[in-house]
Amino acid sequence: MEFVAQQIMNALSFGAEYALLALGLAIVFSIMGLVNFAHGEIIAVGGYTMVAMAALSLNNPLIVVGAAIFAASIGAVTLERVAFRPVRYADPTTGLLTAFGVSIVLQNLFLLLVSPRPIAVTSLYFLEWPIPFAGLRISSLQLFETLTTIIVIVVMMLFLKRTVLGLAMRAAALDFEMVRLTGIKANRVFATAFLISGVLAGIACVFIMARRGSVDPHLGFDPVLMAFVACVVGGFGSLPGAVIGGFLLGAIEVAMLVLLPQSLGGMTEAFVFGSIALLLIWRPDGILTPPREKGDKQ
Amino acid sequence: MLVVQNLNVFHGPIEAVHGISFTVKEGTCVSLLGPNGAGKTSTISAITGVAKSTGSIMFADEDISALPVETRIRKGIAVSPEGRRVFANLSVKENLRLGGAYNAANVDSLIAEWFETFPILGERRDQLAGTLSGGEQQMLAIARALMSEPRILLLDEPSLGLAPKIVTQIFTMIERLKEKQMTILLVEQNATLALRLSDHAYLLNNGQIVADGTAETFGSNDALMAELTGLA
Repeated sequence: MEFVAQQIMNALSFGAEYALLALGLAIVFSIMGLVNFAHGEIIAVGGYTMVAMAALSLNNPLIVVGAAIFAASIGAVTLERVAFRPVRYADPTTGLLTAFGVSIVLQNLFLLLVSPRPIAVTSLYFLEWPIPFAGLRISSLQLFETLTTIIVIVVMMLFLKRTVLGLAMRAAALDFEMVRLTGIKANRVFATAFLISGVLAGIACVFIMARRGSVDPHLGFDPVLMAFVACVVGGFGSLPGAVIGGFLLGAIEVAMLVLLPQSLGGMTEAFVFGSIALLLIWRPDGILTPPREKGDKQ
Repeated sequence: MLVVQNLNVFHGPIEAVHGISFTVKEGTCVSLLGPNGAGKTSTISAITGVAKSTGSIMFADEDISALPVETRIRKGIAVSPEGRRVFANLSVKENLRLGGAYNAANVDSLIAEWFETFPILGERRDQLAGTLSGGEQQMLAIARALMSEPRILLLDEPSLGLAPKIVTQIFTMIERLKEKQMTILLVEQNATLALRLSDHAYLLNNGQIVADGTAETFGSNDALMAELTGLA
């Protein structure tokens, strides 16, 4: 019983991280049709900001966390302005190649300007302590991660339901030109999408760094891959799909870790992706497929 | 209010409209008539900036032809587009809120007014717009356009694909708008209906204006009416 509860907590926290990452990809994709593979580098920007803060001997956890999220947000908005805006109305392939290009450029900048080696980030160790709860030992980090993700999802839902800009973003996923025809500025919608994805990357970065304890130029690769998979599983472009895909991916991963015999331990990922392949045979468009029809019903 | 001169409209490399000129005076209803593919919708797209065009588009004595879409809309142009294009994944009320996005002060009272004008929209305020019937979607598209309290309304094929009874309803509503001195540019295939409302009409064919005049001159020209309505 205790073991099961522990694993459920593991699955939730893994899933929460993937959901955060997947939401960041999905919000941009739903509006631009762009899979932003540079999302991982935004996470790395947050990580290196923490390193910089430590170098400046700023160790107040709140400042470190705030600065990382702020830097990731600024990073994402800057990328939109500099790299993605010029190709906004271009072919989707152009956008995709731009994203890969940006990703490579940023990785090499980290490599050249900072260091090819991992740098330790110790300022987040405070996030990790065991909480005894009903005979379980819950990791505070897991608890924080799950709760933060739930709060983020609620805030995003409120934003998308209650604010004009949120409504515009949902509408833009369906018919962006029509949104412009209601007088809403395209630039604002795009910038907001990237701002949100940057904030999400920043928050995810805090948890990734708390767990890994170090940052290197290729930090972003694994998270963005898992985010991509979560989006595909949930239905690309659908925000609820991204959340569901994230949590499902977390659950599958933990299930494989627990269920696979020791001798197959090295093949966990193969089994995870294998089960996702099976899932996609059952539902090729993902669990939730975003609405494709236009308003016309002739 | 709107003076279009020597307008060419392009879809990619193809020129769909060749050097047309027309005028919509304040408080009047002007219609662009013509068959499928005549360039009517292209003309609307050029006015809103969605399609590329050359020539001059003067709106309220200002050349808007180089401005981005949103800026033109914010100057007081509203469009109810061909195919309605309501936001199917948003509720009726949310569609209207977006229509009034940069007119925030009056949004709530305007929405309440629309729910009075079209009670069916009021009944379905929280329903997704994609679940509405074609006629209801058309009402919503017009209401959404008018949420911005525009100075000119561009109405693209409001009768398309609708049952005759619904078409009558929509045109009664347009008539009421006209009584309130709303400036309207109406694009229609149904010439009889459009001419009944219009102060002036232009007939387009193959991207050119082939005839223009008041509703009366069109009405008294039997050959032209036969061509327009398809009735000999």
